[in-house]
Amino acid sequence: MATIKELANKGNLFTQGHRACAGCGGTVILRLLMAAAGKDTVVVGATGCMEVVSTIYPYTSWNVPFLHNAFENSAATASGVESAYRAMVKKNKINKKINFIAFGGDGGTYDIGIQSLSGAMERGHNMLYVCYDNGAYMNTGIQRSSATPLGSSTTTSPAGTVVKGKMQNRKDLTEIMVAHNLQYVAQASPSHWSDFVSKVEKALSIDGPTFIDILSPCPLGWGYEPSLSIELARLAVDTHFWPVYEYENGKYKINVKPKNAKPLEDFLFKQARFKHLKNEPALVEELKKYVDDRWNALLRKESSCS
Amino acid sequence: MSNIVAKTGNEAMAEAMRQINPDVVAAYPITPATEIVQIFSSFVSDGKVDTVFVPTESEHSAISACIGAAASGARVMTGTSSQGLALMHEILFIASGLRLPMVICEVNRALSAPINIHCDHSDTMASRDAGWIQIFSEDPQEAYDQTILAMKLSEDIFFPAMVTTDGFIISHAMSRLEMYSDKEVQDFLGEHKTPYNILDTEKPMTVGSIVLQDFYMEIRTQMAAEMFKAKAKIQDAYAEFNKKMNRNYNVIEKYFMDDAEYVIVALGSTAGSARYLCEKLRENNEKVGVVKPRVFRPFFAPELVEILENAKGVAVLDRSDMMSSTGGHLFNELKSAFYGNAKQPPMKNYIYGLGGRDINMSDIEKVLHDIKEFSVSKVKDSDVKYITVRE
Repeated sequence: MATIKELANKGNLFTQGHRACAGCGGTVILRLLMAAAGKDTVVVGATGCMEVVSTIYPYTSWNVPFLHNAFENSAATASGVESAYRAMVKKNKINKKINFIAFGGDGGTYDIGIQSLSGAMERGHNMLYVCYDNGAYMNTGIQRSSATPLGSSTTTSPAGTVVKGKMQNRKDLTEIMVAHNLQYVAQASPSHWSDFVSKVEKALSIDGPTFIDILSPCPLGWGYEPSLSIELARLAVDTHFWPVYEYENGKYKINVKPKNAKPLEDFLFKQARFKHLKNEPALVEELKKYVDDRWNALLRKESSCS
Repeated sequence: MSNIVAKTGNEAMAEAMRQINPDVVAAYPITPATEIVQIFSSFVSDGKVDTVFVPTESEHSAISACIGAAASGARVMTGTSSQGLALMHEILFIASGLRLPMVICEVNRALSAPINIHCDHSDTMASRDAGWIQIFSEDPQEAYDQTILAMKLSEDIFFPAMVTTDGFIISHAMSRLEMYSDKEVQDFLGEHKTPYNILDTEKPMTVGSIVLQDFYMEIRTQMAAEMFKAKAKIQDAYAEFNKKMNRNYNVIEKYFMDDAEYVIVALGSTAGSARYLCEKLRENNEKVGVVKPRVFRPFFAPELVEILENAKGVAVLDRSDMMSSTGGHLFNELKSAFYGNAKQPPMKNYIYGLGGRDINMSDIEKVLHDIKEFSVSKVKDSDVKYITVRE
């Protein structure tokens, strides 16, 4: 396991100079991702914050080959890249190992890109898909997605006098990916960088499709001070809101089990998107129940595997 | 060494694909194009090609995978039709914008609604502004030849190309096909050419950047200029194909045009019917002719004007409608091409064959009578007619 210093000295494959907001979780994730993946990696990025901030022509933050096609098709596009690679290997035109990574935000992954992702995973392409999940369409101005948590106020699920934010629970994409019978599926958080880096390394060592869903704090969309991003990512884990776990060859493992789970309110009420819930105890209870049910289900899945 | 066989349009295109032996084919089934990729997948299973076949979960993903593969330096093909091409629509523009060579074997079929599986050109025409080379074929032989030609052309000019046949009329109709040897096809194609290769991790590059007000206009203007230049290169490509493969194709085919007074302009299979009719009518000394543009994109406007300007009447047959109250696509292009030209032949648009509605000799003959009558009477009337429609 590399130390943070070693990772930092691995060379800037995703460099400074991008246009992301101060405190952006996504760019921290990409930096870690690339430090773990190394230079023989081809990245396909979906339209979204990370693509927009990192490739403003004529500049780029990518010191590895990077391809952006459209919003909903980064997995399909990467499947074409990986297929071309296999064709070139077959013809002896290339012989080194190359990692293939596709990424998208929750909009590009949970919503518009889920078909493309599902297809690519089912076809068994040797690629890692990373979803940076900030829980809404942040690039277009904080619209609700199927990853937006219950009660969250977004610009298309605004907390009003009658409707109190998003009225549905999140889609559980990680479990949908488990249902694809992949060899490796994981959830990670940038607060647990070392866990994320080892997950990326593990995923890339597998010959086949793998998937990592990583929580991506967004100061603008969640409404908090930019300096608090990693703290919020940690609170999401410590409150069981965002379990850090993995599913490997049919076995579940919860990688981070907070000794004393913190109340969900500690995570919620540091963010403007949930502040109206202070007056909505029933909604908070509903959200808590969803979080607890999923945590307990995960514990059961883990113990049934051991 | 040619080999004479009997093949349908779909079989002919599948054979062309086999001989091209692309690195990657990504495709999704759709009537009436399904067979092309279905036959091709048996070539993959039987080891007759080296291709990595990607059976995607949609046409959108098929063309997306084609882009990924082409950007990785692979020779890439796919096949589709109708709703499939429409589903690819968004990504068609990206393929051309990224200047990636690839070929779609496209079988023309009507777009929904109402849903229909038969031929018209509404699907191909709806993608006319996507920055693709568009080539129409009259029969399986042309489909076969032009698929091979388009692969090389696309790699020479770095624009993607679609080669079309008419759904069922060509795709499922068997006719004589003269095939080249695999070696002749490979020799004609030569080494695959790619504008860049993202598998080269030693020279990393960013492809598909966001380009804003400062450079977008320049990039699109360059692309437009390249499409303009592509016209000469397409003509050269046909000349080279003729020379190497012993054919006699032109970008615009002319039949009896030395002295034709009344002219049918038509794309694809209907041009063949019109030619047959003209052969018959010529026996009675009727001065009729046919113009068949093979290439719809880029549009060979001045070239068509030159061919048509001396006609006494031009009947433009369109198997698609722009739903703009101004008729079909070919007609609108031609009308626009004639603007400012000194000679303005009387011209009318005949919309026919939508959703596979049959067009026969007597229908085309009626069109010729109608355009004759119009050019003599010059009666101001709608210049767009819908023919073979139930009363």
